[in-house]
Amino acid sequence: MAERVIYAMYDDDETLKTGAKKLVSGGVHISDVFSPFPVHGIDPIIGVKHTRLGIVAFMLGLTGLLLAVFGFKLLMIDEWPINIGGKPNFSLMENFPAFVPIAFEFTVLFAAHGMAIIYLLRNKTLPGMPADNPYPRTTDDRFVMEIRMSENHMAASEIHAKIKETGVIEIEEKDYVVIK
Amino acid sequence: MEFQISSKAKKTIFGAIAIGLVSLIIGIVVHSGDEQFKTRIFSNLLIDGFFFFAIALGALFFLALQYATETGWSVAIKRVVEAVASYVVYGIGILIAVFAILTFMKGGYTEVHGHHVGHIYSWMDPDVVAHDKIIANKAPFLTNWFFWAVTILYFLVYFLFYTGFRKRSLQEDIEGGTKLHYKNYVKAALFLVLFGYFSSTSSWHWLMSIDAHWFSTLYGWYVFGGMWCTSMTTIMLVILYLKKHGYLQQVNDSHIHDVGKWIFATSFLWSYLFFSQFMLYWYANIPEEVIYFDFRIENYKFTYWAMFMVNFIVPMLILMSREAKRNVGILSVVCVIILLGHWTDIYMLVTPGTMGEFGCIGFVEVGLFLMFAGLFTFAVLRTLTKAPLMPKNHPYLDESKHHDI
Repeated sequence: MAERVIYAMYDDDETLKTGAKKLVSGGVHISDVFSPFPVHGIDPIIGVKHTRLGIVAFMLGLTGLLLAVFGFKLLMIDEWPINIGGKPNFSLMENFPAFVPIAFEFTVLFAAHGMAIIYLLRNKTLPGMPADNPYPRTTDDRFVMEIRMSENHMAASEIHAKIKETGVIEIEEKDYVVIK
Repeated sequence: MEFQISSKAKKTIFGAIAIGLVSLIIGIVVHSGDEQFKTRIFSNLLIDGFFFFAIALGALFFLALQYATETGWSVAIKRVVEAVASYVVYGIGILIAVFAILTFMKGGYTEVHGHHVGHIYSWMDPDVVAHDKIIANKAPFLTNWFFWAVTILYFLVYFLFYTGFRKRSLQEDIEGGTKLHYKNYVKAALFLVLFGYFSSTSSWHWLMSIDAHWFSTLYGWYVFGGMWCTSMTTIMLVILYLKKHGYLQQVNDSHIHDVGKWIFATSFLWSYLFFSQFMLYWYANIPEEVIYFDFRIENYKFTYWAMFMVNFIVPMLILMSREAKRNVGILSVVCVIILLGHWTDIYMLVTPGTMGEFGCIGFVEVGLFLMFAGLFTFAVLRTLTKAPLMPKNHPYLDESKHHDI
């Protein structure tokens, strides 16, 4: 049997937030929320874990920095030292002030681009990927909660009853379709 | 009004001042025979006088920045910023005294057994200027009358704007409405413009002129970067102290997180300016310019690089994560390290120019630092007792109370 999912639609982000609080305290697990704009403060309510993008950024930055230093050592010191303004060109350490701006740029380049690419990849929103959105209206003026039955140990009717108390404007239950 | 300086805090402050005094007296007894003794005392008065004045001035700048940008989140910590800024009044008094003594002593001229051993401001000494074409060419910038005219102007502007902001802030508690808010907005914008010029030119006069032959256009921003960083650090420490004792209930993790971000960002600003200045001189390698850095690296190698590394690496690595910026223990330790690091920065701006290779950190330095720190803390806490810790009628008060990031 296909997995069932309930979609609850709201027309106001504050109503959705208070509704989500009520549902979560009632033991319902909300899998996701679709909204036209980031709803401030919804993450802790539905239990979205804090993003790990910061750690990724740090590692990417470190990669860029190390690659830059490796490049200086290999290209500017060992393989092809160039005399620029009489600077000590046979020692990485003594010539390091000259390399700091480039090291900085490499760090920023890797962190920024890598972070953007990984963000798009993780969200499956790279250019050309199909939209993963059960309700196109959530890109306009509607807010939708997704409640998957497989993540809840409650009867569907019970969840329906709970949702109805939260100022919902539309409820729909259907088979869960993974778009991608 | 709700905040009172506890007897424990008073004991700690006066204890610190007493220890500082004892340390200073020991220093005077031990070093009074040194040739550099007088110069050392003057240098330290200038270092500590400027360092603590700069913390207050940076807070005044930050206050004006919040008004001019109409920032909401910082309303809850506004009284703390005002309290830190309130030391400008004391700082102005102390700096005027130091500058006056130096002026009357021909720039801190000292001689031992008939030969000249030291100056703070060698350009204040007519005998030096008469034989020094470079300094003579810097007239009228480096002349007594110009120095005093602009110094009084800076102090007057800082003093008037501080008292104005404070007065309107207290008045707003009673009156409410947006009239005072827009007045603050206009005044703050005006202050930022004036401060933009004054922060550079004043640091050229007060600090850069110690090495009268050398100059750097970036110097003012460099000093300003350090100033801003120490202000944010001090504001953080005062907030943490107040919160620990149960005050500032409305200030939540998000406010502390935001002040932590300022510390992180301004540390980077300072490091960036330090390196920008250093690298340009290092690369150009023009003898009369690079001597400034050569001298420091030759004679103060450890202090100089350790100061830079601590002020750069410690906030960068430790304050990078979100959790660290919300952790009271980590923040307190980092803040104290940054404050000491930036004191050493001001020390490195002054001492090599005044004492040459004979500078060292001993009883005199520690003693005067403790005395100034005690006075500073007392002045800040005393201002905090004078008004409610939470503003009442600021238009963005509600936004600040619900600040959540």
